[in-house]
Amino acid sequence: MPTDQTPDTPAQGNGGVPRVQFEDVVKRFGSTTVLDNLNFTVGHGERVTLIGPSGSGKTTILRLLMTLEHLTDGYIWVDGDPLTHARQDGKRVELRSKQIAQVRKRIGMVFQQFNLFPNMTVVDNVIEAPIHVLGQSKEQARENALSLLDKVGLSHRVDAHPSQLSGGQQQRVAIARAMAMDPEILLLDEVTSALDPELVGDVLAVLKDVAASTDITMLIVTHEMQFARDVSDRVMMFDSGHIIEEGHPDKIFSDPDHERTQKFLQAVI
Amino acid sequence: MWDNQLFLESIPILLEAFLKITLVVTVLSSILAALLGLVWAIGLRELPGWAAAPLRFVLDFIRMTPLPVHLLVIYYAFNNLSAMTVGVLVFGVHYSTYMAESYRAGIESIRKGQWEAATALSLPASRTWRAVILPQAIRNTLPSLGNWAIAMFKDTPFLIFISVPEMVTKAREFGGQNFSYVESMTVAGVLFLVASYPTAVLMRKLEKKLAY
Ligand SMILES: Nc1ncnc2c1ncn2[C@@H]1O[C@H](COP(=O)(O)OP(=O)(O)OP(=O)(O)O)[C@@H](O)[C@H]1O
Ligand SMILES: [Mg+2]
Repeated sequence: MPTDQTPDTPAQGNGGVPRVQFEDVVKRFGSTTVLDNLNFTVGHGERVTLIGPSGSGKTTILRLLMTLEHLTDGYIWVDGDPLTHARQDGKRVELRSKQIAQVRKRIGMVFQQFNLFPNMTVVDNVIEAPIHVLGQSKEQARENALSLLDKVGLSHRVDAHPSQLSGGQQQRVAIARAMAMDPEILLLDEVTSALDPELVGDVLAVLKDVAASTDITMLIVTHEMQFARDVSDRVMMFDSGHIIEEGHPDKIFSDPDHERTQKFLQAVI
Repeated sequence: MWDNQLFLESIPILLEAFLKITLVVTVLSSILAALLGLVWAIGLRELPGWAAAPLRFVLDFIRMTPLPVHLLVIYYAFNNLSAMTVGVLVFGVHYSTYMAESYRAGIESIRKGQWEAATALSLPASRTWRAVILPQAIRNTLPSLGNWAIAMFKDTPFLIFISVPEMVTKAREFGGQNFSYVESMTVAGVLFLVASYPTAVLMRKLEKKLAY
């Protein structure tokens, strides 16, 4: 067996193929380098919270994984499959959009600004992708959507339009919409930051329920430190695109090693 | 001097030209322009650069050259086409370039988050356009499309260049035969107004109806 060749799939550590692997990821916006050779993995069913000062690259990481940003260099692997770029005979090649879509289907995202489709009712927002991406029948998609909307406490508003809902309700619809795709990976980027304080609790309760009742892998960016503590298995502290410290939330939140982490936590809590 | 007799006599003649020519050309050209304009607007966004650039050039060229010139060129270049057909095609294509701009503005007014949500749900491009972007964009574009249709309607007298007997041509003929233009031209003007105004009102109603 030749050993001097880079394999076409990511290196496997012990414990098999990770759910998500960032390998030498570089992201530049023009001449600004936001991520410079970032490496990390996320295990199956793991809940990872990304913390760090503004501009440290947290959103960029989630957006790269959702294919909303173009990867400047490096690779992102999902269950060992290349997301946007693959290694073929040692060369980095960009995948075609059809191939990208296959892997992307396993990933869902909830946005800070909800981004519901205002021209559709609540239930139509939820069934749109299951019907047109997963090929579910209308009945099947609707049944599933109604059960999800019930779980997020919105069974009484299924025929409303998003504009008729509060921010908290809209965000819960957005969670149901993402869950309707049955994702293996869920990305949450400051999903309560745009909400009035009194509406944050309901949304976090829904997310805790999702975390408790599924084994979906989650990457979470949040300023809700108690929530992060409750749901996450690991916290990664970012600064200028680098992980400067990571570990169990109990450790990171109560006894961080790094001075920058201490300062950051003092500022946000 | 104003002649009531001439005024009344001119009404049925002009009304006939109005219904048979002016209205037919306006309606058919508006439909054509609205459809083509949409095709151009989507094409400009979705086509790769090497294909979008020439399309943009052609659209700019059409928009920046006078309509009567197009009428004459197409009329003499394709002498197997009837003047009416040439009228509908030229008006439709000419105004489609304006409508494409309106659609473009409508599409650009859609927040980036809508496209991103569609990507996050893995919606295919066709579905993103049909179910997410266009329903919102067209709603924003509708008033502007209506204005272009009315502008086109007011341009129909250009059909005189290819000898289509539209209403103003008829009014001129009638005036010439009776040595007085005021009456027939007044009727033509009133008919334009009578048709434009309800159209504008209708567009506003439709816009409200499409609100959510
Ligand atoms: N589209 C873009 N164009 C140019 N620069 C960008 C763009 N998006 C992000 N950046 C830059 O990349 C860096 C990282 O941004 P990112 O949004 O990932 O940070 P963040 O950690 O999510 O910050 P915050 O806590 O404020 O949300 C910042 O310096 C930002 O200005
Ligand atoms: Mg951010």
